[in-house]
Amino acid sequence: MPNIQRLQNLSGQAHIVGVGESNKLGKVPDKSPLAHHSEAAINALDDAGLELSDVDALFTAGWSTLDVGEYLGIQPRYTDSTSVGGSSFVIHVAHALAAIAAGYCEVALITHGQSGRSDRAPIPRNPGAPMSQYEAPYGIIGPPVSYAMAARRYMHQYGEDRTRQAMAEIAVSTRKWANLNPMAYFYDKPTTFDDYHNSKWVAWPFHLLDCCLVTDAGGAIVITTPERAKDAKNGSVKILGAGEGHDHSGISQMPDLTRAFGRNTGPQALEMAGVNHSDLDLAMVYDSFTYTVLVSLENLGFCGPGEGPDFVASQRTAPGGDFPLNTNGGGLSYTHPGMYGIFTVIEAARQLRGQAGERQLDKCDLAVAHGTGGLLSSTGTVVLGTD
Amino acid sequence: MTNSTPKPQPVSQPESDRYWDGLKNEEIWLQRSKATGKFQFYPRNFSISDPETGEEGIEWVRASGKAEIFTFAIVHAAPHMGFVGEVPYITALVQLEEDVIVPTNIVGVDPEPENLQIGMALKPVFEHNPDGHTLLKFEPA
Repeated sequence: MPNIQRLQNLSGQAHIVGVGESNKLGKVPDKSPLAHHSEAAINALDDAGLELSDVDALFTAGWSTLDVGEYLGIQPRYTDSTSVGGSSFVIHVAHALAAIAAGYCEVALITHGQSGRSDRAPIPRNPGAPMSQYEAPYGIIGPPVSYAMAARRYMHQYGEDRTRQAMAEIAVSTRKWANLNPMAYFYDKPTTFDDYHNSKWVAWPFHLLDCCLVTDAGGAIVITTPERAKDAKNGSVKILGAGEGHDHSGISQMPDLTRAFGRNTGPQALEMAGVNHSDLDLAMVYDSFTYTVLVSLENLGFCGPGEGPDFVASQRTAPGGDFPLNTNGGGLSYTHPGMYGIFTVIEAARQLRGQAGERQLDKCDLAVAHGTGGLLSSTGTVVLGTD
Repeated sequence: MTNSTPKPQPVSQPESDRYWDGLKNEEIWLQRSKATGKFQFYPRNFSISDPETGEEGIEWVRASGKAEIFTFAIVHAAPHMGFVGEVPYITALVQLEEDVIVPTNIVGVDPEPENLQIGMALKPVFEHNPDGHTLLKFEPA
C-alpha cells in the first residue's frame, strides 16, 4: 500500500514549468504522429524558457520513448514508456515528480502525439491478448462499445432517466466551455439539449454527443526541480499529489462497471496533497464519454456512488457554474486524438498560471487532473497548485 | 453493403484450447478452483482465487448454459470493418449460472432497447464458423 507519509514528503518536490499543444489540432493530415510530438515538445519547452538540449528525462505512451527520443534527437538519462491508455500522461507527471525528487533527472519532458483522425499507420492489436481472444470476435472492440455497456449497467443501478439527463448536462456544459476556447474543435459550434437527444446512436445508450472527438493532436509538459522552476519564463505549478493504478484490461473483466480505479487514485492524490474536495477550484476529468465524467466524479469522491446525476444537474459544471469542469472543452468538444490525458494537465496548468484567456477562472489555486485509460481500466490523478 | 474485411477471430492459447474446443462440440467448459470452488472466466494457467496451487489447483467443469443479461449495448457504428454489415447488433456481458461474466452477442431478438432487460434469462447459441471456430452467443430463453 502507498506510504502516505513518504508521499507527503514528495509533495511539491517538482514543478510543471511548460505546457504546449502541437501547432494545429483537429484534422491535420499533413502531420505524422511524431511530428505532433515534436511540435508540442518544442512549444512546451519554449513556454518554459528551455530547449531540447536541456531535457534529460523522456516520458511518452502509445509510442516507445526510443522512437520519440530518436525523432527529437535527444539522449535522455531517464526513460518511461508506461502505456496504460489515455491516463498514461497523468501518470507520467507523478513518475516525473518521483524521478526528479530522487535525483535521476532535472528536466522531464512528457510528450503525446496521435493522428487518430488521419493516421496512416495505426498501432496493431495483439491477437493473443485476452481482449482480442474473448471480446473482439463478438464485435466488442474499441471504447464506445465497452463504455456503453458500463453506462447501461449504471443506468440499471441508479436510474435510466436521471443518468440520461446527467449525460446530456455534461455534453452541453462541456460544449459551452469549448465555445470559449479558440483551440477547440467545436469553438464556433454551440450545442443544445435537443441537439444531444437528437444526435444519432453510436452504441446505445450512447448518442454521438456522448462520445469524444477523434482528432489529430499533440501535447507536451515540461517538469523540473523547484529550484530551476524559479527561472520559468511563464510561471510554474506545483505537483502536490498523485495516484495511479488499474484493475482490469477488457471491459468483461472489470470488477464493478460503475466504479473505476479513481476510487483509489483520487483519495490518495488528495491526501498526499493535504487538501479536501472543497479546496479545489477546478476539476479536469478525462471525458472520453459523458459517462466517464459521471463515474469519475463519483470515484474521485466529489459525490457518492449514484449521486453523480444530482451533482452535475442544472449546468452547474458550465461557465458561470459553481463547479468548473473541463474548461478547455474536454475530449468531447476541444480535442481527443485517442489518448487525451495529457490535455487535462495542460489545461489545469494554464488555469493555475492565469493563462486561459476568455475561459480563465476568477480564482484558480488548486486543481485536480484525472485521466482514465483503456476501457475504464486505468486511472491517474494529480493535484496541482499555484506556486 | 458488401464487406470483404474478415471479423477478428479468436486466437486460442494453450490454456484456452479446451474452452474453444468445447464450443465446437456445443459444450461450455469452465475452469474451477479445486480449493475454493470458484469458477473463473477466462481460462488461465492457475486459479486467481487460489494462486499457489498453480495448474494442479484447477479442474475443468461443464457449465449448464443457463445465463442472464448483466449489461448490454446496441452497436450502430461498426467499430471494425468486419462488422460493417452487422450493425445494429447487440453486445452483452452475460452472467452464467456459475457466477462468471462472459462477453458475447445476444441474437434472436430485434436490436431495440425495449426488447432487452438486465436480468433477462438466456440460453446458449453455438455459432459455427466456416474457418473452424465456434462462438458462444445467447438468445432469450
